[in-house]
Amino acid sequence: MSIDAIPHTDDRVAELEFVADATNPPVAPPRNKVPLWRMLLRDRLATIAAAILVLVLLVAIFGPYLVGDAATDQNLDESNLAPFDPANGWMNILGTDPLGRSMLARLVVACRTTLMVALPAVALSCLIGSVVGMWAGYHRGVRETVAMRIADVIMSFPSLLLAVVVLYVFAPSIANIVLILAITRIPVYLRTARAESAELQSRIFVDAARTFGARSGSIIRLHVFPILLPTLLTVATLDFCYVMLAESSLSFLGIGIQPPDISWGLMVSQGRTYLQTAWWLSFFPGLAIVITTVSATVLAAWARIATDPGQRWRLSVKRSARTRLFPSRKVSK
Amino acid sequence: MSAPAISADATATETDRVALDVAGLTVDLRTPSGTVRAVDGVSFTARRGETLALLGESGCGKSMTAQAIVGLLEPIADVTEGEIRLVATDSGAVDLVAASTKTRRALAATELAIVFQDALTALNPVYTVGKQLAEPFRIHRRNSANEARQEAISLMRRVGIPEPESRVDSYPHQFSGGMRQRLLIAMAVALSPSVLLADEPTTALDVTVQAQIMTLLRDLRSERDMAVVLITHDLALVAEEADRVAIMYAGNVVETGPVAEVFADPRHPYTKGLLDSVPVHAERGTDLKSIGGIPPDLHSIPSGCVYQARCPLARDLCREVRPTLEIVADERKSACHFVSEVSGV
Amino acid sequence: MFDHAQSDRVLEVRGLTKTFKVPANKEGRSQLRALDGIDLDLGRGETLGLVGESGCGKSTLARTLMMLERPDSGTVRWDGADPFVLKGKGLLALRRKVQMVFQDPYASLNSRMTAADIIAEPWRTHRDLFRSKRDRAARVRELLHLVGLRPSDEHRYPQEFSGGQRQRLGIARALALNPSVIICDEPVSALDLSVQAQVLNLLNDLQEQLGISYIFISHDLSVVRHVADRVTVMYLGRIVETGATDDVFDTPAHPYTEALMSAAPKLAAEARASRIILEGEVPSPLNPPSGCRFRTRCRHATEICATSTPPAVIGAGGTSHIAECYHPRGAVDLGVPALAG
Repeated sequence: MSIDAIPHTDDRVAELEFVADATNPPVAPPRNKVPLWRMLLRDRLATIAAAILVLVLLVAIFGPYLVGDAATDQNLDESNLAPFDPANGWMNILGTDPLGRSMLARLVVACRTTLMVALPAVALSCLIGSVVGMWAGYHRGVRETVAMRIADVIMSFPSLLLAVVVLYVFAPSIANIVLILAITRIPVYLRTARAESAELQSRIFVDAARTFGARSGSIIRLHVFPILLPTLLTVATLDFCYVMLAESSLSFLGIGIQPPDISWGLMVSQGRTYLQTAWWLSFFPGLAIVITTVSATVLAAWARIATDPGQRWRLSVKRSARTRLFPSRKVSK
Repeated sequence: MSAPAISADATATETDRVALDVAGLTVDLRTPSGTVRAVDGVSFTARRGETLALLGESGCGKSMTAQAIVGLLEPIADVTEGEIRLVATDSGAVDLVAASTKTRRALAATELAIVFQDALTALNPVYTVGKQLAEPFRIHRRNSANEARQEAISLMRRVGIPEPESRVDSYPHQFSGGMRQRLLIAMAVALSPSVLLADEPTTALDVTVQAQIMTLLRDLRSERDMAVVLITHDLALVAEEADRVAIMYAGNVVETGPVAEVFADPRHPYTKGLLDSVPVHAERGTDLKSIGGIPPDLHSIPSGCVYQARCPLARDLCREVRPTLEIVADERKSACHFVSEVSGV
Repeated sequence: MFDHAQSDRVLEVRGLTKTFKVPANKEGRSQLRALDGIDLDLGRGETLGLVGESGCGKSTLARTLMMLERPDSGTVRWDGADPFVLKGKGLLALRRKVQMVFQDPYASLNSRMTAADIIAEPWRTHRDLFRSKRDRAARVRELLHLVGLRPSDEHRYPQEFSGGQRQRLGIARALALNPSVIICDEPVSALDLSVQAQVLNLLNDLQEQLGISYIFISHDLSVVRHVADRVTVMYLGRIVETGATDDVFDTPAHPYTEALMSAAPKLAAEARASRIILEGEVPSPLNPPSGCRFRTRCRHATEICATSTPPAVIGAGGTSHIAECYHPRGAVDLGVPALAG
């Protein structure tokens, strides 16, 4: 007998119809499904962080068109002007550098370069690391061991030293910097993806898929990857901060972005010798870096809780109580 | 402090046997989509030397009631109403809801203890079993490390752990599931509390081990004259181990009474429905008599009787007025408008 | 109601053995004998109950029958065909014969897939079952209806269903490949009592309509008694007793079965006999006792029990009621050794 053989006028099926109504109150739209953006708005700190990051992105995309040549026009009469002096014009509200170029304009252009290095580096390392990690974690055994040892090798090289050597041998172009930063960050994603994949492959619904005879690639695509994605995004957000700072260090050392290109890190480096006399040269780009990385960290912390349906309830608790040791014994009569 | 008035289902001579008296306990839960009432006006008493079962399915609020009693509610849950009176052996009755943290801490393990379902997560994996068992003695009786260790060893022997002298320095993961549960029970009864709560203590265990654990609990109960509150969803377990039962549904107590009487002659449609759906009565091949529908979502508990959506006796009165727990026979209470019709369901 | 004739066997297992290599314990033992010579028969349209406590090997048996593990020795035949000698397409075709319903309705469904995706997932690998997307969609709706769910809920996610409804979804997925046998691994243990009855009724109805055989694994003896035609009791990797349900429950031949029946809490007061409380714990499968594995906890054990595996004897129920014991309980015909199968 097969399922095809059941006529729908069968008494039994009609009985089942009744069962369906009695045991199936209409599946109500999930009450807990508050849209993500609304959840974000409830958390003021996270909202501010998100707004800042959006602003940074917009500045990186549109900023350079708005400031035009103010970032490169040299004007030695206006060299090293102090900030917050409206007499110098609005373009120079954050002061000027030794060559008379507007700090504000240079910050804007540098924003684009900094992001042009950080974002592709993160994307590249995330892609390679997660694909290899998922594959290694799912299959376990030799494949897992080999992948982990490769990750160990990469991690055991002092990344900055590696960058210095590579960029010294090959010219320090933006592409090379992106490449070297990406390679040093691969292990982070590889290990995260491997760990989650190894745990997921033992889950029951994956076992169920195996009982249908599904192949490993299909299972990874259908089951492992969608669950891994939120974790990856959180790790990527935090890694973005690290890459930004790494690029700043490289530029500070002189092997990162080369003039006339400009990045925040390079601006900090160039302002080093003027710290006593023109503090704003290093301060504002440094502040920009700090604000961006802190915002990304705050948003990542929020996202980690918000994208996990099991942890979402924490967002309804006051921030101070989220990590409180003893539950509050509040009795309001 | 003299013992305050206890709820009416205890006779005068039994009043002094009451160890725990819960009256009108209400717990609210703050969820992202609004506040829900997880426990609504729950009242029951537990007497020494007796086992009271809190019976109900998932979401009925029995575990949250237990957590409220021992003060382990999650940060999003608050006790908004009610009293939990603990009648301690020497110091008289204390209202746990209004008590300070200091008072609660003094009562923990000395007068009130709880045994959880999953022994592996309830025991700290990085400390030896001896150290964890010795903890109550060191904290409350100020015993020295040596004295506490001796107490721990004799406790282990009492709960049936073989060769306690050599196993006292083992770690929790080195014991089997049944042994770990015995260790949890040992920790709970170490200082002979007046009230022992057991939240699904044997659900994760094999049947033969379950029998051993329940026998142990029974022996300890009479030995130390404790009141045991057994929280479970297993009807057969309640039938065999409990003296009295309080049946919970959607945060409310719907029926209470002695187990044998309640199971032989239920006075609430939900109790009757549960008893009917247990396979012991049915013939193989025929359908079991099941309760239609599913337990209500706590966000949308109806006004009126909480059971109305699944009750074959539901009428307009049930939709408008929520029945309160009324006395229907000697020592028995039920929250139903049509108690007399239950037997015909 | 069910045909007990064994001539129409849908599953035949002989001498199934499976050993796992685990990290060595204190005594240096690293071989875990999860299954040690299992013999099993399953007829068409029949329900076989499988009971046993933790460490008895029933999960390994289920996984081996589902072809998730390869046995070390022994044969498994589905309508005469042995899947473990096949590869590729042949093996894939045999996978359609047996499907599984899992215990945990929350862990067995991927919460990021819709109900329709979950039910249709087996067809991604077995593309030859349906020709068009429309056929697949129609069958999804049919299956939802069959298990008592609303076809219009096919785009909902598992967390929007209740526990009982999720289990129905799991059953619908198990039916997707038109199996002859469904292995139910504690299908109602994680459900509320009021919902258990609904799901058990559904399984019963499906068996009547579709002629599916079940291997029903459960620790809840009252449930097993209600659904199973025959029962098999396992202990430490061996089958210690097997027979018709009423025979095994009312007149158990093996002391372990006897203890198991007595230990289970019973609702009806009159059903409670004097309690047999077993001493000690289940021995480690890494180091099972010699001879009869149950002898370390058995009240009736004597010296002979340590010598070798006990012979199969016939229990009170006749030739279909078999136990492995030197000192069987109940009315036994000791003279005639039972034939395997």
